Amino acid sequence: MSGLNTWINKRFPLDKMMKEHVTEYYASKNLNIWYAFGVLALVLFVNQIVTGIFLTMNYKPSAAEAFASVEYIMRDVEWGWLIRYMHSTGASLFFVVIYLHMFRAMMYGSYKAPRELVWIVGMVIYLVLMAEAFFGYLLPWGQMSYWGANVITELFGAIPVIGSDIVELVRGDFVISDVTLNRFFAFHVIALPLVLALLVVVHILALHEVGSNNPDGIEIKENKDANGNPVDGITFSPYFTSKDAVITIGFLIIFAAIIFFAPTFGGLFLEPANFEPANNLKTPEHIAPVWYFTPFYAILRAVPSKGLGALLMGLAILVLFFLPWLDKAQVKSVKYRGYYYKGALALFVISFVVLGYLGLQTPTPVGTLMSRIFSVIYFAFFLLMPIYTKLDKNKPVPERVTFEH
Amino acid sequence: MSDDKVDTGRRHFLSVATTVTGVIGAAAAATPFILSLKPSARTQALGAPVEADISKLEVGARMIVEWRGKPVWIIRRSPEMLKALPAMDKYLRDPGSEESDQPSYAQNADRAINSEFLVLIGVCTHLGCSPEFRPVPEAELSGGGFLCACHGSKFDLSGRVYKGVPAPKNLPVPAYRFIGPNNILIGDDTGASA
Repeated sequence: MSGLNTWINKRFPLDKMMKEHVTEYYASKNLNIWYAFGVLALVLFVNQIVTGIFLTMNYKPSAAEAFASVEYIMRDVEWGWLIRYMHSTGASLFFVVIYLHMFRAMMYGSYKAPRELVWIVGMVIYLVLMAEAFFGYLLPWGQMSYWGANVITELFGAIPVIGSDIVELVRGDFVISDVTLNRFFAFHVIALPLVLALLVVVHILALHEVGSNNPDGIEIKENKDANGNPVDGITFSPYFTSKDAVITIGFLIIFAAIIFFAPTFGGLFLEPANFEPANNLKTPEHIAPVWYFTPFYAILRAVPSKGLGALLMGLAILVLFFLPWLDKAQVKSVKYRGYYYKGALALFVISFVVLGYLGLQTPTPVGTLMSRIFSVIYFAFFLLMPIYTKLDKNKPVPERVTFEH
Repeated sequence: MSDDKVDTGRRHFLSVATTVTGVIGAAAAATPFILSLKPSARTQALGAPVEADISKLEVGARMIVEWRGKPVWIIRRSPEMLKALPAMDKYLRDPGSEESDQPSYAQNADRAINSEFLVLIGVCTHLGCSPEFRPVPEAELSGGGFLCACHGSKFDLSGRVYKGVPAPKNLPVPAYRFIGPNNILIGDDTGASA
């Protein structure tokens, strides 16, 4: 074996890479469960790729056959129902995990210097993931697939002058049609997964260059032992790989429970209207995107103007990119921040959840008013951040990470 | 010039020339890929006019015809419906249809060639949902009309948009003409006039 090992390492930096990224990658010893969502996202990415490959073996990307081919997978293909439910549940849980992963970064200030690029690459991954989910949602060719894709592609029509040409270029037709379905399939199974895989590598490389943050928001690299290793650091493997393995198993138990007992999750993961084939002449009485888009959808609906609504919806996502520069606080972790940031973060989470709920409901005057109020809170969190993070009375940050046995 | 001296000017020129050629080449190579995304010749050819038989359409009812993949509505309005229309103006964003899309012969009070028969493309001008037909007056739609369930846009029985809703324009009227007392040709208006 050692002969083979030497042979390989003379030709490929296998040992060097393993050391740098796994066996000698130091992370703070006090990382808690919030630090597992990156690994869980990776697990789900693999799940989506593997189940996706097997779904494409039976799925037909044509308007005439798509809906029936999904039903064929569900009823006639051996274990097809399981593979499809793993894929559809995996998509929703991917967003659960990503949202918690992002919230972790906001809680512990992981986007702050020197990790701005880790955050920005992560935000690009989030955008591509949303596009990936959107393209994938058209493929079953149900009513909600069709009308959801219709509404979202129509959003480009809000761009002045060239808007309607862009809509046509995206759809490849004057309406959502067989042509659109075929190209969305290409984007969903080839283009975006490749981009995602590449971005995940960039995200991890950027992280390993600067090192992981921790719940105290302290740079462990500033406190090194005689060998040059961080005093408060432990190696990723075996310490965190074993911890992540336990958490992953726990996560997979929940994942399996949803697949077996609540695959539609009460209409949230698979919407009831999508069990009816696409009909281009009739919009379902109530259409709503899948839950992970609804906070932004509620912002879109809150504005009584097509152009402005689309613009604010886009800004609601784009503003996240600027977090590292909007946050003026000297401390990273919420543990040592004052009450302004703690309150603001709590309000932000509430507004995100309430907007998500409102986006699922049929529009009512009360709902619209609530959407407007919470949209204002959502944007205020970001736009006022330079002020309240500066005024905040932060606590002193300790020299070493806190760690309770 | 001696061999051991670097000619930086020449090097700079070559770098710029290579970059420019590369960028032009990349743009040229990208063009066919982007243009391939446009609606193809076959897709464009599928937009032929369709004929609708309105002989069985009852007063106050609506029928739906598919034209270019979109729902086209034909509504046979009752005299009461038509009488209620002028009173709607104060609720509407564009009562005169000045900023909306319709052929010139439909830019009138009833937005129709024959005011009894309203022909509309049943696609909301906000984000493309197909609104619901609500012929009977109700609290939010005082004269009856169309309600888009997607984002709450409202239109009157001439397809004119209400104020304070997300849809910017009235529902569009397609090109059409009567080719007989009971037949409408949608998508072709050769020879039609107000």
